[in-house]
Amino acid sequence: MSKLIDEVKDSRRKYDVGSWIVPIIAVLTAMFVASVLMMIQGLDPMLAYKSLFTTAFGSSEGIAATLGKATPLVLSGLAVTLGLRAGLFNIGVQGQLLTGALASAWAGYALSNLPPLVHIALALSFGFFFGALVGAIAGYLKAFRGVHEVITTIMLNSIVMGIVDYLASNPFKEPDQALTRTPQILESVRLPMFGNFPSGFFLAAALAFLMWWILGFTTTGFRFNTVGRNRFAAWYAGISYKKTIFFAMLFSGGIAGLGGAVETLGITYRFEPAFNLGLGFDGITIALLGRVHPVGIIPGAILIGGMRAGAADMQFDAGVAPELVDLLLAMILFFVTAPLISRFFKNSANRSLTGGWGN
Amino acid sequence: MITLIKRRGSYYFLAVSLATLYLYSQSANITTSVFSIAVTFAMPLALAAMVGIMCERTGIVNIGIEGTLLLSSFVAFYVAIAAKSILIGFVAAMATGVAMSLLLALMSVTWKMDQIIAGTILNILATGLTSFFYIQGNMLPSMFKQKPIPGLSNLPFFGDVLFKHGLLMYLGFVVIITLYYGLFHTPWGLRTRAVGEHPSSADTAGVSVSRMRYVNVAVAGAIGGLCGSYLVLELVGSWNRGFTAGKGFTALALMIFGRWNPMGALAAAMFFGLAQAGANQLMINGTVNIPPQFVGILPYVMTIIVLAISAGKVRPPAAEGQPYEKGQS
Amino acid sequence: MSALLEITGISKQYPGVLANDNISLTVSAGEVVALLGENGAGKSTLLKAVFGLVKPDTGEIKIGGEPIIFGDTAGIIARGVGMVHQHFQLVPVMTVAENIILGDEPKSGLFINMKAARAEIIALSKRYGLEVDPDAVIEDLPVGMQQRVEILKALRKDVKLLILDEPTAVLTPQEIDELLGVIRNLANSGVGIVLITHKLHEVMAVADRVVVLRGGKLIGTTSPKETDEAGLAQMMVGRSVVLQVNRTEAKRGGVVLEVKGLQVRDDRKILSVKGVDLSLHKGEILGIAGVEGNGQREFVEAICGMRHREAGEVIINGVATKDMHPHGAHEAGISHIPEDREKHGLVSSYSIADNLILNQFDQEPFAKGWIRNLGEISKNAISMVEKFDIRTPSAFNTAGSLSGGNKQKVVVARELSEDLPVLIAAQPTRGVDVGSIEFIHNQLLSARDKGAAVLLVSAELDEILSLSDRIAVMSGGKIVAIVDSKGADRNYIGRLMAGLDK
Repeated sequence: MSKLIDEVKDSRRKYDVGSWIVPIIAVLTAMFVASVLMMIQGLDPMLAYKSLFTTAFGSSEGIAATLGKATPLVLSGLAVTLGLRAGLFNIGVQGQLLTGALASAWAGYALSNLPPLVHIALALSFGFFFGALVGAIAGYLKAFRGVHEVITTIMLNSIVMGIVDYLASNPFKEPDQALTRTPQILESVRLPMFGNFPSGFFLAAALAFLMWWILGFTTTGFRFNTVGRNRFAAWYAGISYKKTIFFAMLFSGGIAGLGGAVETLGITYRFEPAFNLGLGFDGITIALLGRVHPVGIIPGAILIGGMRAGAADMQFDAGVAPELVDLLLAMILFFVTAPLISRFFKNSANRSLTGGWGN
Repeated sequence: MITLIKRRGSYYFLAVSLATLYLYSQSANITTSVFSIAVTFAMPLALAAMVGIMCERTGIVNIGIEGTLLLSSFVAFYVAIAAKSILIGFVAAMATGVAMSLLLALMSVTWKMDQIIAGTILNILATGLTSFFYIQGNMLPSMFKQKPIPGLSNLPFFGDVLFKHGLLMYLGFVVIITLYYGLFHTPWGLRTRAVGEHPSSADTAGVSVSRMRYVNVAVAGAIGGLCGSYLVLELVGSWNRGFTAGKGFTALALMIFGRWNPMGALAAAMFFGLAQAGANQLMINGTVNIPPQFVGILPYVMTIIVLAISAGKVRPPAAEGQPYEKGQS
Repeated sequence: MSALLEITGISKQYPGVLANDNISLTVSAGEVVALLGENGAGKSTLLKAVFGLVKPDTGEIKIGGEPIIFGDTAGIIARGVGMVHQHFQLVPVMTVAENIILGDEPKSGLFINMKAARAEIIALSKRYGLEVDPDAVIEDLPVGMQQRVEILKALRKDVKLLILDEPTAVLTPQEIDELLGVIRNLANSGVGIVLITHKLHEVMAVADRVVVLRGGKLIGTTSPKETDEAGLAQMMVGRSVVLQVNRTEAKRGGVVLEVKGLQVRDDRKILSVKGVDLSLHKGEILGIAGVEGNGQREFVEAICGMRHREAGEVIINGVATKDMHPHGAHEAGISHIPEDREKHGLVSSYSIADNLILNQFDQEPFAKGWIRNLGEISKNAISMVEKFDIRTPSAFNTAGSLSGGNKQKVVVARELSEDLPVLIAAQPTRGVDVGSIEFIHNQLLSARDKGAAVLLVSAELDEILSLSDRIAVMSGGKIVAIVDSKGADRNYIGRLMAGLDK
């Protein structure tokens, strides 16, 4: 066990397949408990899982849909991971993602006459920028006012929800349309497909590798990791706690916003408040399932993306409510954190994420 | 309220009283109704804050209050329907709250897990369970009805504001007052605070840290069950996904704003309730025209502002968030 | 006399340390047993075991003839055992009365009867001559007063056996004398007392019997009548002389570090450094002696940029350094072995290699621009582990896996590797094994001989006496005297530390 935890702690170690036991056991245990619940309801769990996974991974269309669902999950998982590395628990990924989704949608339908590549880059930057803005508010309050990021990010989630709902139902609303949603983005700003597969996924995966490299091999990564493990030692070593915290939160928000943008430009092609619900919270599960490792979150995101992609067919074939996936995620989070996370933070002088709300 | 008036809160209290008196002289009916509605907004927030106070005073951070409220209100609703009894629904909700709390205690006291993550698990678990088992289109057999308290309810202003509510509202006030006296004037309270501030002192004085934490967190869960029941069985009467709408999170801010004191948190909750009820009244009057979404985010914006002002000036229980290791003082 | 406490064959293994190795001892009513040993000798572990706070791996503990049950602290207290802990077991935000009654509160109905509590405490403090104000809040009280509360808390339970764990560490000499008087009185009234300490003169003054521990083992039992301080010291450290370092004459150069009118507040915002002027020369070790809590910690932290300077300047080679900027102080030429190595000195979940370059991580050769040079970091680690005799299977193990002495060697290695003009060592050998102490002492001396200006702060007067070229005595937040260490009189320095002589 303790060897496994050391693996988690040291991002520079080789990616070790042998240490995947805890997440795999967590997923299997969660699926087992869920099948007991299904049997209590008089449903057939084998049929449900078979339908779920055949839909998600059984055909190239299925895999394409799975990767589409996995794309924002990779990015929200990365956002949570970056925060955790710097000792921050960003529960606000949800709000940052929504902001990014709406901002990129606006850039996608309101700006025109741009070359496609420029337009895509601009829309993605809009997503990143506005997500980062929301993250930076929490980062500022944490670093310079001492307000705990867990509370501010939760509050910002609700605030963002209200604001995007207002914007999507008033100034940015699609004209002559009953639904609360923006107009469709232009054809030219849609993310292209690589054959059958959404290019957004490859963008997200590339970002995961980039973050892995930055955290493991650069001085910036060293700053983030040191602040996350022992802020006093970081201070002593000349690393500014406030600056690091602020930028960690800003980039975490930006990555989350990018997740929203990729979803808008690659999958939904417009913003509708109900589209992206829950993605941010899935990011927490995925980050912990991937053992707070940037590359480690990719398989977790694909698994959960697959579940989301297959949920509708599962309801059709086995009569199981698609919300089963939410339940599965909750249990995966429970089983994966119980043995692992408790020790991840225990050895650091920060002792826990929560040294009181005032810090 | 007495301590509150004595302390820093006196100016705030005086200002609110004077403003109320002025408004009352202008329009008695509307002022009374705004305050009466404010109390119904404030009570669930205050009770949720009590859950936080109970836990944090004993050294456990509970960000799973939202999940506790969500699941217990859900259970209250469906058990009341299945058993055709709101009383049984209420009891089931309390039991659910206790069960959620015991899970939190298991993770944070016994397994010494990070408490923020433990709380997040409660929230995600409650969301998962309630959305999976949610069935649309059910009706409660009845609700807790308004029961004016004889005599007191005839008082001008206060009678309408405080003494014309249902059973669970009155119970809520009893819980808050009991908690206040319990925390600051009983052996249990002294031990609870010692465990939350400096657990090894309590341990060496023969007070079991783990047992105090388990018991207090469990009682907090029961209060969470009361809060969930109040929301669904007395205030709203129906249940839908995401029913509690972040009240459990706002409560954390109220707890901090109220300096981990039940009376302080009650006052903070009342302040929030008044702001919300006042904003609603202004919209009904057509005095101002604010988009409803902005009224909706008001409590959250207020929370952030309040925290940005008060952070650094408040001191949380010193041992909160840290698992207790025996023999490591 | 019957034995109050009987300890038979206690052993306790911690990861990497055998804290107690088959220890047996008995304490009878009315006697003062001193448990003597260095830091890390296993005294605290043994006494925690008596209190049911630590579960021994083997052996048995009987109180009043009955074996104790692990975890049953309440039961042990009920049998008349009281303990005055090294780290006070007081809730800082609560009052004296609340702290004393915690766990056994006088009641009226459901509520605490504070009136009865106050009356009881006043009676108690009169009976033992330990005056306290029941309504004072603990964190506002001076340390000596806090300890009184701690003792009263123990005495309230009608103790038959009182255990005092390093009770004098934070006291002034007068307070110590007072405390020793209280201990003698208690013993005369029939209480059995266990005094844990590493201060020899206290043992000589008050103990009936002395039990010496070293490295977790019971080395021997003696009494002040049979031996003297030198004899005790020999048993304690297992060498003929306490601490004697081979020290050559200092080649003192010009002033490197200059402190002018420094004023600093402590964590409670109380002014604890009250205007200090000090010059540190090239090639000397200047020791700061003083009872802990007289401003030494705040003084060092302010110099190193880790604590806000209320007033005054810190000048290195003629250049004033910035306030609250540890890295700035480092760049200006200060190496710092921090007092709290776990908190400030190390990232315990990082590898030894990363810890060895913690404050140079963004400098050549360990980083080229933005990118860390992992090859150089490893090379440096391997050579440092070798050079500083850091006992570890690999330089890539986590720092947290090391013993206290080896952790400290990592910090020392890092701080000495740059050969900066100033070295500030705060309690450099605290909680470190004897072998590592010697190694660290020699490193400090060789840094001096290479021309560094060394400021040594230590609570161990012997360490100061044996290493320093000059000794500054700090008391009440001021430097009360600076004396040459050659021919320095221990007693004279002791009186200065107490603020008696001027």
